[in-house]
Amino acid sequence: MFGDYSIGDLGSIFVMQGFAGLILFSVYVLMALGLAIIFGQMGVINMAHGEFMILGAYVTWMTSNLFQSYLPSLFGGYFFLAMILAFVASGALGMLVEWVLIRHLYKRPLDTLLATWGLSLMLQQAYRSVFGAREVGVELPQWMLGSLHVTDSIEVPINGVFVMGLTVLITIAVAYVMFKSRWGRQVRAVVQNRIMAGAVGINTEKVDRYTFGLGCGIAGVAGSAFTMIGSTGPTSGQLYIVDTFLVVVFGGAASLLGTIASAFSISQTQSTLEFFMSGSMAKVLTLLAVVGILMLRPQGLFALKVRK
Amino acid sequence: MSDEANKGLLSPLRRKLLMGMAAVPAITMLPRASFAQAPATSAVNTTGLAVTDTEVTVGILHSATGTMAISETGSIEAEKLAIEQINAMGGVLGRKIKFIQEDGASDWPTFAEKAKKLLVNDKVAAIMGCWTSASRKAVLPVMEQYNGMLYYPTFYEGLEQSKNVIYTGQEATQQILAGLNWIAKEKGAKTFFFIGSDYIWPRTSNKIARKHVENVLKGKVVGEEYYALGSTQFNSVINKIKLTKPDVIFTDVVGGSNVAFYKQLKAAGIDLAKQPLLTISVTEDEIDGIGGENIAGAYACMKYFQSLDNPNNKTFVPAFKKMWGEKTVIGDVTQAAYLGPWLWKLTVEKAGSFDVDKIAAASPGVEFKGAPEGYVRIHENHHLWSKTRVGRAKLDGQFELIYETADLVEPDPFPKGYQ
Repeated sequence: MFGDYSIGDLGSIFVMQGFAGLILFSVYVLMALGLAIIFGQMGVINMAHGEFMILGAYVTWMTSNLFQSYLPSLFGGYFFLAMILAFVASGALGMLVEWVLIRHLYKRPLDTLLATWGLSLMLQQAYRSVFGAREVGVELPQWMLGSLHVTDSIEVPINGVFVMGLTVLITIAVAYVMFKSRWGRQVRAVVQNRIMAGAVGINTEKVDRYTFGLGCGIAGVAGSAFTMIGSTGPTSGQLYIVDTFLVVVFGGAASLLGTIASAFSISQTQSTLEFFMSGSMAKVLTLLAVVGILMLRPQGLFALKVRK
Repeated sequence: MSDEANKGLLSPLRRKLLMGMAAVPAITMLPRASFAQAPATSAVNTTGLAVTDTEVTVGILHSATGTMAISETGSIEAEKLAIEQINAMGGVLGRKIKFIQEDGASDWPTFAEKAKKLLVNDKVAAIMGCWTSASRKAVLPVMEQYNGMLYYPTFYEGLEQSKNVIYTGQEATQQILAGLNWIAKEKGAKTFFFIGSDYIWPRTSNKIARKHVENVLKGKVVGEEYYALGSTQFNSVINKIKLTKPDVIFTDVVGGSNVAFYKQLKAAGIDLAKQPLLTISVTEDEIDGIGGENIAGAYACMKYFQSLDNPNNKTFVPAFKKMWGEKTVIGDVTQAAYLGPWLWKLTVEKAGSFDVDKIAAASPGVEFKGAPEGYVRIHENHHLWSKTRVGRAKLDGQFELIYETADLVEPDPFPKGYQ
C-alpha cells in the first residue's frame, strides 16, 4: 500500500500516526484514572462513570456560556476555570452519591453494579430534562482550535497536546496523593485491611467518601477536556464507559501503573491497526487481543501483591 | 419525557393564536374539502379504527428517551405542529386529530411492542414514527400483520417498500447521486474517500456511491472506512485522508461520532474551505452539537435546509420556532416528519375514508403543495418525488443553498446496477 508515496510523505505520516497514538493514550488514561481509583481502590463497579464525565462537560458548557455573556474579554481563559468547576461539581455529586447509595453496598460489589447503572439512567434523564435532549456545542477559545504547523505535512492538533499535558499533570497529582501524602497512605491502608485500618484510628467512612469523590472529580475533569474532541449530550457518557472498563480491567484493577500500561498498549495497538485496516476491524482485533491476554492473565497486567 | 409534556401544555390563548397564524398561509394553498359537511362515521371507517363523529386518533411513536432522543425530538415536534395546524383548519373529514404519543425509548423491541399497542389497543388510524432503520425494521412486521399505516420520516438506505409505509424522507439514490454529480462537475473531483459509521445505512449508501463514482463518474474511491457507532477517535483515519489526498471526503458518520470526527478534522489542520467534504448525515440538528466553526465550508446533500427561500418555508420556520422556541433548528428529517400528518390528511380526503387499505391504494399521486421543501408527490412505490439540494455549512450553523436539481428526482428504492 505504500508504493505510491514518497519517503517524505511516509515519514511525516508515521510521525503524525505516532502522535495520534499518544493522544489516544492520554484520552484513555484520563478516562480511566477516576475509575481506576474507584474500582481499584474501593472495589465499586461504577457504571455511572460516564455520566460523571458528562456532568463535567455540561459544567464546561455552562461556564463557556457565562463567559460569553458576561466576561467576553476573558473568554480565552475560561477553560481552566471550567475544569476546576467540573472537578468540584462531579466530586461533590460523587460524595453525595457515596453517602446516599454506595456506602450501603460496600460488601455487595455486584449490587453496586446494578445501583450505579440505575444511577446512570437517572442522571441521563436528569440531563435530558434540564439541558434538553439535543446535543449542545461547547465553544472553545480560538487558541485551542486548529493545529501546530511543524512542517508542511506534519501538523499536531493543539487540543491533543492540551489533553496530553493535562493527563500528565493529573497523573502526577494522583500518584503524589496516593503514594506520598498522608491521606493516600490512609486510603491504601483501608484498601488492604479495612478492619485494622479502623482499629488504628483511621476514619474509614470519611476515607471512602473522599476517595469516591476524588474519582468522580477526575471523571469530571476528563469530561471537561473531552468537550474538545467529542460530543456533549445526555447519553454521550455511554460512548466512553466500555473503553474505560476495558483499560482498567486489562491493567489490573488495583494498580495505577497497570492502568497506564494498559492504556498505552491498547491505544498503540488500536491506532496502529486502525491505520492498516478499517476502524471496526481494528477494534475487533484489539478486543480479541485483550480477551486473549486476560484468559492467560486473569488478574490483568499488573496485580497488587497483598498478603492474604 | 417530562420535557415533552411541559412543552405540549401551552396556554390555551397562545395555542389559539399560534394555530391561527400558522394556518393562514396554508389555507390558501390547500383544497377546502375539510370544511364540507363531515361524512358519517360508518361510511368513512369500516374497519373499526378509533374514529368518532368528531375525532380521529393517530399515534406518534418516537424515542423521547435514550440515545436516539437527540435526533427524534425534532421529528416529534414537527409532527405535533402539523397536527395542530391541520386541526386549526378544521381537521380531517370534519374530525379533529387527537394523538397518542408512545416512547420507543431507543430500543427496537420496544418500538415493535408500542406499535402493536397503538394498532391493537388504541386502534389508531395512522402512526407517525420511527427514525432509525432498525426501529422501522422492527415495526414493519407489526404494521403488516395488523394492517396499520406508518409515515416514516428519515432518509434511509432504500431496499424496502411496503403497502403499509409511506417514506417521507429520501431513499439513498435520491439523496446521493445528484450530490456526487454536482461535486464531480463543480470541483472536477476524481478521487473520493468514504468514511461512515458501521451499520446498514452508511454501508448501503457507500455501496451506491462507489458504484456511481466508478461506473458513471469514472472516478476512483481511494479509501473506504467504517467506525463502530459511538467511536470518538478519528485521528488515524484523518492521517489516512492526509496521505491519500482525495479530491472529496464523502461522509456518513452519525450520532456522537459526528461531533468527534469534525472536531478532530479541524484540529488536524484540514481546512474544509480547501478540502471539499460532502456529507449526507449532517443536518442543522447535528451542527448544533458539532459547532458551526468546526464544520463551516462542508457541503451537505439532502432535500431540505432551514434556510430555503420559498413561501412555504417562510411560514413554516416561524411557526415551528413559535411553538418550540427561538433557538430550535430544523433539519432535513424534521421537515420530512412534518410532511407525514399532512400527506395522511390529503390522502384520507382523496380516498374519502380512513380505512387503511383505501389509503394505501389512494396514496400514489397525492400531492402536497404546501411542503416547506416545495412541491412533493407520492410515487407508486410509496416514496416521495422530491428535489435534491446541496448546501454549504456556515459559521452560524445554517446551510447556504448552493445547488438544487431542476426537476423532482424519482425515488428508486431498488436501484438497478447499484446493488
